[in-house]
Amino acid sequence: MEATANIENATGEKVEIMNDVVAQPNVDDIHETVGSPFCENAKMAMRDVQVYYGDKQAIFDVGLDIGKNEVVAMIGPSGCGKSTFLRCLNRMNDTIDICRVEGSLKLEGQDIYDPKLDVVPLRARVGMVFQKPNPFPKSIYDNVAYGPRIHGLTNRKAELDEIVETSLRKASLWDEVKDRLQSPGTGLSGGQQQRLCIARTIAVSPEVILMDEPCSALDPIATAKIEELIAELSENFTIAIVTHSMQQAARVSNRTAYFHLGKLIEVNDTEKVFTNPEHELTEAYITGRFG
Amino acid sequence: METSTLFAFLVILMAAAFFLGRGRSLAQAQAAGGVRRLNSLPSYYGMLTLLWCGIPSLIVLSLWLVFDSVIIQQLLIQSLPADIRALAPAELGLKVNTIENMALTGMTAGAAPYELEAINTLNQLRGTSNTALTGLALLIAALAGFWGWSRIQPDLKARNQVEGAFKFILLACSCLAILTTVGIVLSVLFESIRFFSMIPITDFVFGTAWSPQMAIREDQVGGSGAFGAIPLFVGTLLISFIAMIVAVPAGLMSAIYLSEYANSKVRGVVKPALEILAGIPTVVYGFFAALTVAPMIRDTGTSMGLSVSSESALAAGLVMGIMIIPFVSSLSDDVINAVPQSLRDGSLGLGSTQSETIRQVVIPAALPGIVGGILLAVSRAIGETMIVVMAASLAANLTANPLEPVTTVTVQIVTLLVGDQEFDSPKTLAAFALGLMLFIVTLGLNFIALHVVKKYREQYD
Ligand SMILES: Nc1ncnc2c1ncn2[C@@H]1O[C@H](COP(=O)(O)OP(=O)(O)OP(=O)(O)O)[C@@H](O)[C@H]1O
Ligand SMILES: [Mg+2]
Repeated sequence: MEATANIENATGEKVEIMNDVVAQPNVDDIHETVGSPFCENAKMAMRDVQVYYGDKQAIFDVGLDIGKNEVVAMIGPSGCGKSTFLRCLNRMNDTIDICRVEGSLKLEGQDIYDPKLDVVPLRARVGMVFQKPNPFPKSIYDNVAYGPRIHGLTNRKAELDEIVETSLRKASLWDEVKDRLQSPGTGLSGGQQQRLCIARTIAVSPEVILMDEPCSALDPIATAKIEELIAELSENFTIAIVTHSMQQAARVSNRTAYFHLGKLIEVNDTEKVFTNPEHELTEAYITGRFG
Repeated sequence: METSTLFAFLVILMAAAFFLGRGRSLAQAQAAGGVRRLNSLPSYYGMLTLLWCGIPSLIVLSLWLVFDSVIIQQLLIQSLPADIRALAPAELGLKVNTIENMALTGMTAGAAPYELEAINTLNQLRGTSNTALTGLALLIAALAGFWGWSRIQPDLKARNQVEGAFKFILLACSCLAILTTVGIVLSVLFESIRFFSMIPITDFVFGTAWSPQMAIREDQVGGSGAFGAIPLFVGTLLISFIAMIVAVPAGLMSAIYLSEYANSKVRGVVKPALEILAGIPTVVYGFFAALTVAPMIRDTGTSMGLSVSSESALAAGLVMGIMIIPFVSSLSDDVINAVPQSLRDGSLGLGSTQSETIRQVVIPAALPGIVGGILLAVSRAIGETMIVVMAASLAANLTANPLEPVTTVTVQIVTLLVGDQEFDSPKTLAAFALGLMLFIVTLGLNFIALHVVKKYREQYD
């Protein structure tokens, strides 16, 4: 209570008081997300999302829209709930027994937590790329063909070849692997594996792609390639990306959402967040005072 | 002195050596200005002295104990009257045995004069040997310990030497296990070679009739002896095959259920229950098979108009399969759990169902381990004895019909070796040949298992 009061009153001695907050951030009284969390043509619309792991609440009252063909970056200190929130968007949290999600999460107006909804087509529409590259222990070809086969997108070999090739091209991996499509996907380098995982996700033509720190295991060159790729993908896909790199968020995203201890503190145009953040906590984070 | 007393003395000496060595290094450290001046911690100097005191003496002690009885026996034979020494080796051995027994029990009633004399000699020899051993062992311990103690200098690399000695001791222990295995294999091999000198190896490996009864005397009524191992191996494979048909699906699927679907509550109940299955002694499975399952199968078969023997391969195989279920399921459970969650997430994230994920991602990723586990289970089934001894028959039928009685390699080994046997008749030696074949088969299976596992590893890692 006191710490929060201090923040609100203090404009002059900000630094000192921010140090206080660093030691023991008290965000109990923050109920409003500042900035512009909502937008006109939302692809996904989340309202009042609460997530619990057992008795422990990990996400508090989050409301956010992800616009069509938009790239939204999610940043915030470790453990603030970015992955948790992202995993709600295609119900990957279902795999965790103790995890419980409340609130309204809609994909094009349809409630994705509707008990009658089948998660299989949902996850085909909202694909996910994980932090650690996780190619299946299969050939490169089979990795990419996995989704299309599962969803029965095609029965014909030629069409499947076509899908594999275009997906690999879109993931800018085709030139590197076209001569060894039958060799195991696990034999690629880390960066190539991550692009393979992106190709695998693209191959089922999802509408939304969720990326959870897709570059954290990669070197700068591979990272640059993936960032380029995200820019290209945003022409056709809606993307939500979690990242620890502010430069990356600044480079690839249209809007940036700042999470803190399970709360969504601020959402604004990326440029504004990084040049002129509205909230003290956001500013403290991007100027590197904690996190 | 009894060997155990001697041993106790050695241990006391070693403990003393430790403290003396440590004390000496501490004294030297004080003179040199602190423990930091020493190359190693004082306890390492103590340890080194202890090793010097103990190891040479223990080596001499064990060598002595190994060769002592052989040498004494030779000396005893030397001392026997010439006409006894001239006996055939087998009879001579028998005499020596009798003398040794009489010396041991002290029951000399009815012993011949030369025997009494031999008992005396034997006792004397043993006494001398024992005194010599005691003196030698203690002397070596003291001398070597003293030498080790006197070597202690601040710059002696005691730590490195102790590490080296420990490595050597560990190596020696693993060699012991390997040597024992080699010894067993060699003895089985030599006995088998003796067997094959009486029965041609081709008759054994390719023969289709098995009836090991042989006439011992010319005029005796009895079998002529047929040693074709094929019916036994076919029987073994048939029963193992039935067992695997039961165990692999049941074990694998329960493993999948437990690791992928069951919540922690169910898992907490089912897993221990499965492990209880593994804890039931095989002899219990054996009478379960013989008294419950076999009659049940026979009655069911009869009611369907089939003729089923009361000792069918089916009964033994089914029960053996049940016995192996926990083996398969716990091995598969381990490998399935070792498949990283990220692979499952990847597959689920692409919109596949849980069963698609299991079939297409989890099982292929776990396959090498599963195959390895199954092959291990097969060698287990082939080597299993108790169940088949009780539930399979003794009749060496060459058949693939699971409703007929068959016998297995292990059953025949048991029947060949129980009761009074001559140890040089082909009948008895056949057991070694069967053992050798069994060993080769299981070794081959394990080899293939390892190979399969390695091949998949290379492909996917
Ligand atoms: N499976 C789980 N069971 C229980 N608690 C969890 C689980 N996963 C996450 N949490 C908790 O939820 C909170 C948010 O975790 P989350 O993984 O979403 O953080 P994050 O923002 O992604 O962090 P990072 O940047 O380190 O990846 C943390 O306090 C974490 O301890
Ligand atoms: Mg995370």
